Amino acid sequence: MRFSNLIKIALRALNNNKLRCFLTMLGIIIGVGSVITMLAIGQGSKNSIKAQISEMGSNMIMIHPGTGQRGGVRQSSDDMQTLKEEDYTTIHDNAKYVTAISPQVSSSGQFIYGNNNYPSQLQGVSPDYLEIRQLKIAEGSMFTDHDVTTAAKVCVLGQTVVDNLFPNGEDPVGKVVRFNKIPLTVIGVLQEKGTNSMGQDQDDVALAPYTTVMKRVLAIDYIQGLFASAIDENLSEEASAEITALLRTNHKLKDGADDDFNIRTQQELSEMMSSTSEMMTVLLGCVAGISLLVGGIGIMNIMYVSVTERTREIGLRMAIGAKGRDILAQFLIESVIISITGGVIGVLLGCLAAWMVNLFAHWPVQVQLSAILLSFTVCTVTGVFFGWYPAQKAANLNPIDALRYE
Amino acid sequence: MTDREIIKITDLRRNFRVGDETVHALRGLSFTIHEGEFVTIMGTSGSGKSTLLNILGCLDIPTSGDYLLDGISVQKMSKPQRATIRNRKIGFVFQNYNLLPKTTSIENVELPLLYNATYNARQRKERAIRALEAVGLHDRLYHRSNQMSGGQQQRVAIARALVNDPVIILADEATGNLDTRTSFSILTLFQELHARGRTIIFVTHNPELADYSSRNIVLRDGKIISDTINESPASAREVYESLPKEED
Ligand SMILES: Nc1ncnc2c1ncn2[C@@H]1O[C@H](COP(=O)(O)OP(=O)(O)OP(=O)(O)O)[C@@H](O)[C@H]1O
Ligand SMILES: [Mg+2]
Repeated sequence: MRFSNLIKIALRALNNNKLRCFLTMLGIIIGVGSVITMLAIGQGSKNSIKAQISEMGSNMIMIHPGTGQRGGVRQSSDDMQTLKEEDYTTIHDNAKYVTAISPQVSSSGQFIYGNNNYPSQLQGVSPDYLEIRQLKIAEGSMFTDHDVTTAAKVCVLGQTVVDNLFPNGEDPVGKVVRFNKIPLTVIGVLQEKGTNSMGQDQDDVALAPYTTVMKRVLAIDYIQGLFASAIDENLSEEASAEITALLRTNHKLKDGADDDFNIRTQQELSEMMSSTSEMMTVLLGCVAGISLLVGGIGIMNIMYVSVTERTREIGLRMAIGAKGRDILAQFLIESVIISITGGVIGVLLGCLAAWMVNLFAHWPVQVQLSAILLSFTVCTVTGVFFGWYPAQKAANLNPIDALRYE
Repeated sequence: MTDREIIKITDLRRNFRVGDETVHALRGLSFTIHEGEFVTIMGTSGSGKSTLLNILGCLDIPTSGDYLLDGISVQKMSKPQRATIRNRKIGFVFQNYNLLPKTTSIENVELPLLYNATYNARQRKERAIRALEAVGLHDRLYHRSNQMSGGQQQRVAIARALVNDPVIILADEATGNLDTRTSFSILTLFQELHARGRTIIFVTHNPELADYSSRNIVLRDGKIISDTINESPASAREVYESLPKEED
């Protein structure tokens, strides 16, 4: 028996059953494609969470007014005014495990320059904020501690704010913009950071001395939060314990009383985020596994039915002189062609779908080689096996029994 | 006819189990067919003609009894050996044609040669065309099975049985669906093949056809009830030529 003849026989048989052939392929295509897309989304979000954590600096510590109970009423942290400027100076002057600290007060409002206006947030911070959030100045300079002391009417703008207020490409440094009617001189522009992995625009910010925001914009005497950096990410625990002790003393809290502030280290946050993403990956993995299973069963089903249906054909081929192994070879070639073609199309479609998800839904995706190999192997092996197995059963029949098969 | 015993069966039996019952389709047949005989097998429906022919064609195995094909015991052959015998030595025309669906005549006829490595593509095509011409289908080479009449499909099936130039031709109701004129053209073809030394076994319902063969075996209930030699078979060609050509 010539191999080229077997190929010819298999191709003719496939050609005569285009629809069946297509349906089988469809099962494989969907099985392979969906697994690849699903795992690409899972891996993409995992990557983005990782990237986000490192973007934020893994030694960052955030302090917010606490959710401790006051007279039985739990208050929202926005309304709490437990953090004061003194807390900032205490930590700044005394904490050994803290390298940088900045208060944080923010106000949302409208920036106006000439005919252009743009709604954004003005963050009141100290110069340390740049180090804590890993920001850099692209043009001009950052405000100084002196500007903080004098509550200077100055600000540093993010690129998005600059683009919206100065659409003609003017140099913003030295210009006076208004924020909620208060004139602020632009003294610097932040280096562009782009969108973060969650799709937030990190350049949509404006910084000013926290004293300016507290006194001139919001007219408040408390601060909304503190950002700090531990000297090392492994020392964030110690740093947060130290801050807790300092704040409790400052707030004159008795032993046993709840903290009236809330400290979160980036470490905890990153653990939380990675466990969320872990869960999502497991979930998507399950969905992918189920679709692989369903795809596999679909392939088995069509392959099995089509070979069974073709028992008469097998009988005829044997009657005119095909040996059992010729029949097997034919069916093997057919199912290999179907499975490999379907698998390849599935891989291409899966990658395409992942790309489209990224393009239209802006979800981060990463196509994994392991997902491609896994789904391709499972589907092709199922396809080939269930093409071969019933064929080998039919090939073992007497030709006449196969011919009579109904 | 030569002295070479091409088929020799002794006490051939074939039982089928249907549920708890056993159907005795063949109840002990014995005969010998020499090379170059043209045998017709007749008998009522259900008398076991197809069952016998399937065994002779190596498509089925008898329950008991011996079958020597060209001196070799078929039961003792391996499956692949029987497949090779079917491919090289036997041309089988099925009662229900058994053409591959959605396949052109030429591809159907070529099929046995695809399982024979000694032919190349050009030879296959040449032989398939010649076989189709022999059954008068030279203008239906690329028609698919479902685009042809029953009689045309039957002729494709006959062409497929002839294409491998077999030693024995086994035909089950090969003219059953054809009009008289076409039947006689097929019968003429079989007589010509016979004249060139082929052994032919021809199952038919039509008692008239016994006149055109050299031997006639009649079955009833799985047994031979008569086995007669016809010393001077009539010429199918004469009848064929005497029949009026239909205008079309
Ligand atoms: N696979 C089978 N299983 C059970 N019984 C069978 C089988 N094949 C044939 N038979 C039985 O064997 C007997 C002979 O059948 P066979 O097909 O040989 O008849 P036949 O002479 O060819 O009839 P016809 O002229 O109608 O074609 C019948 O009674 C039939 O029911
Ligand atoms: Mg019959």
